Amino acid sequence: MSLSAASTATTRRRKLTDRFVTALVTAAFLVALIPLVSLAITVVSNGIARFDPEFFSSSMRNVTGEGGGALHAMIGTLLITLAATIIAVPLGLMTSIYLVEYGRGRLAKIITFLVDVMTGIPSIVAGLFAYAAFVLIFGPGVRMGIIGAVALAVLMIPVVVRSSEEMLRLVPGELREASYALGVPKWRTILKVVLPTSMAGITTGVMLAIARVIGETAPLLITAGFTASMNYNLFSDRMQSLPVYVYTQFANQGNPASAFIERAWAAALLLILIVMALNLVARLIARRFSAVSR
Amino acid sequence: MILVILAAVAIFLIVQSIPAFVATGETASVLTTNFWDYVGPLVFGTVWAAVLALIIALPLSIGIALFISHYAPRKLSQFLGYLIDLLSAVPSVVYGLWGILVLAPAVRPLYVWLNEHAGWIPLFGGTASGTGRTILTAAIVLAVMILPVMTAISREVFLQAPKLNEEAALALGATRWEMIRLSVLPFAKPGIISGAMLGLGRALGETMAVAMVLSASGIVSFKLLTADNPSTIAANIALTFPEAYGENVNVLIATGLILFIVTFLVNALARWIVSRQTARTGA
Repeated sequence: MSLSAASTATTRRRKLTDRFVTALVTAAFLVALIPLVSLAITVVSNGIARFDPEFFSSSMRNVTGEGGGALHAMIGTLLITLAATIIAVPLGLMTSIYLVEYGRGRLAKIITFLVDVMTGIPSIVAGLFAYAAFVLIFGPGVRMGIIGAVALAVLMIPVVVRSSEEMLRLVPGELREASYALGVPKWRTILKVVLPTSMAGITTGVMLAIARVIGETAPLLITAGFTASMNYNLFSDRMQSLPVYVYTQFANQGNPASAFIERAWAAALLLILIVMALNLVARLIARRFSAVSR
Repeated sequence: MILVILAAVAIFLIVQSIPAFVATGETASVLTTNFWDYVGPLVFGTVWAAVLALIIALPLSIGIALFISHYAPRKLSQFLGYLIDLLSAVPSVVYGLWGILVLAPAVRPLYVWLNEHAGWIPLFGGTASGTGRTILTAAIVLAVMILPVMTAISREVFLQAPKLNEEAALALGATRWEMIRLSVLPFAKPGIISGAMLGLGRALGETMAVAMVLSASGIVSFKLLTADNPSTIAANIALTFPEAYGENVNVLIATGLILFIVTFLVNALARWIVSRQTARTGA
């Protein structure tokens, strides 16, 4: 009798603990949703105010109060990110091809380790590196769009290497062997068989890498600087970019301050939309790719 | 190529930072005495903010990962995972904007309350900040930013936990929590640790959010709620660099080098833990 009572008590205690943990875990999830929801609501509601044609068609040149736009920042972001992609993708792709097709033994292991470490480079350190490198050539105080592109490329390369390495490993060995059996040399096999097969996956990886660096602020702040004017030339003078635009609008508020804050929110909204669009497109490509292979 | 780039990063940073180690207050205006006195509080602030963020984020990320992998209905969980991934896609400058304009005013009353009722704990002592721009706010923002990474890694290892063990535990009459405690968590421990280290590495290097949220002064202080907070290396670089000239630039680059070394160590440690784990399960 007492035994069964004790066992019922234990069972109840166990059930209670289970309930308690379930509640705890669910609560943790809900708590994490708070910042996400709050962030989404504030960015959209505050950003929509200045999401007008003028914002997309004018720069901040000679604008001191209300009005003005972020066109110069959009151009800057576009050019810098494009340049960074052009630098990072070939390097990253070749590294991953080396790792998958040629790399054996110690060297490959060291490279994999270093790529992992590179993933963890703080973005501002990448910016400092690019700045330090260009200072040696151009002298102190240099600010150019291309320096920012180099900094972003340093951040992009490890992401590209990782994702394309995974994609290349997915290419079935039979395909390669069939190609070798036909007497095709290795470099041609890679170029004509391996790369086309994994193209969709690599594109996805590249888009995700772009999405990662397009929002980087710190390295651009110290390498490309900030300006209020249009600048189409990567190789001369300061260049504005969207994240830095958000930061400068917030940090150097003028009169009336609300106009500057509104512009900052609008640019933040635009930035989030771009990143989300990139993520979405990357996912769509990945899905179509997997559907085809099935 | 990767070798060359990484070596280049290290070499350029070292070359540019050599003048800083011998600089004094006369040659570089940001220094009062010498380089090490300048960088000390910054290193402390960096580590302190990152550790605070980790303390907040670790239990949360484990909870979320468990919820997604073992509690939520299957159909929902994929969508939820995507939602958490979205958090990582938000640019850091937007977090900074959100942190200072939304979060800081929102948590200020809480700080005042904590200060009044728990002021006897040294952590909460001092005078509560009037703006909410404290190290605790910065740590909360950092925690939100590192949550997605840590959650993603924890989730992955939770899903890899051997299904047979889980089912065996359930078949023996274990409740869901007992099953998780006995078969999932022990398996996932190294994964959780390495995820935490990666999160720590990211929090150490995070720049803009801290630079915007924190009202900093170069001091060493454990107090969470006051207006005087230690700054972090990355935030300090971002705030000082645009106006820096001469040897000040070298000083800032040298602090960047120190940050690089710290994050390198943290990341290498995390990778080592992961590789040890995979080696053991592979054998």
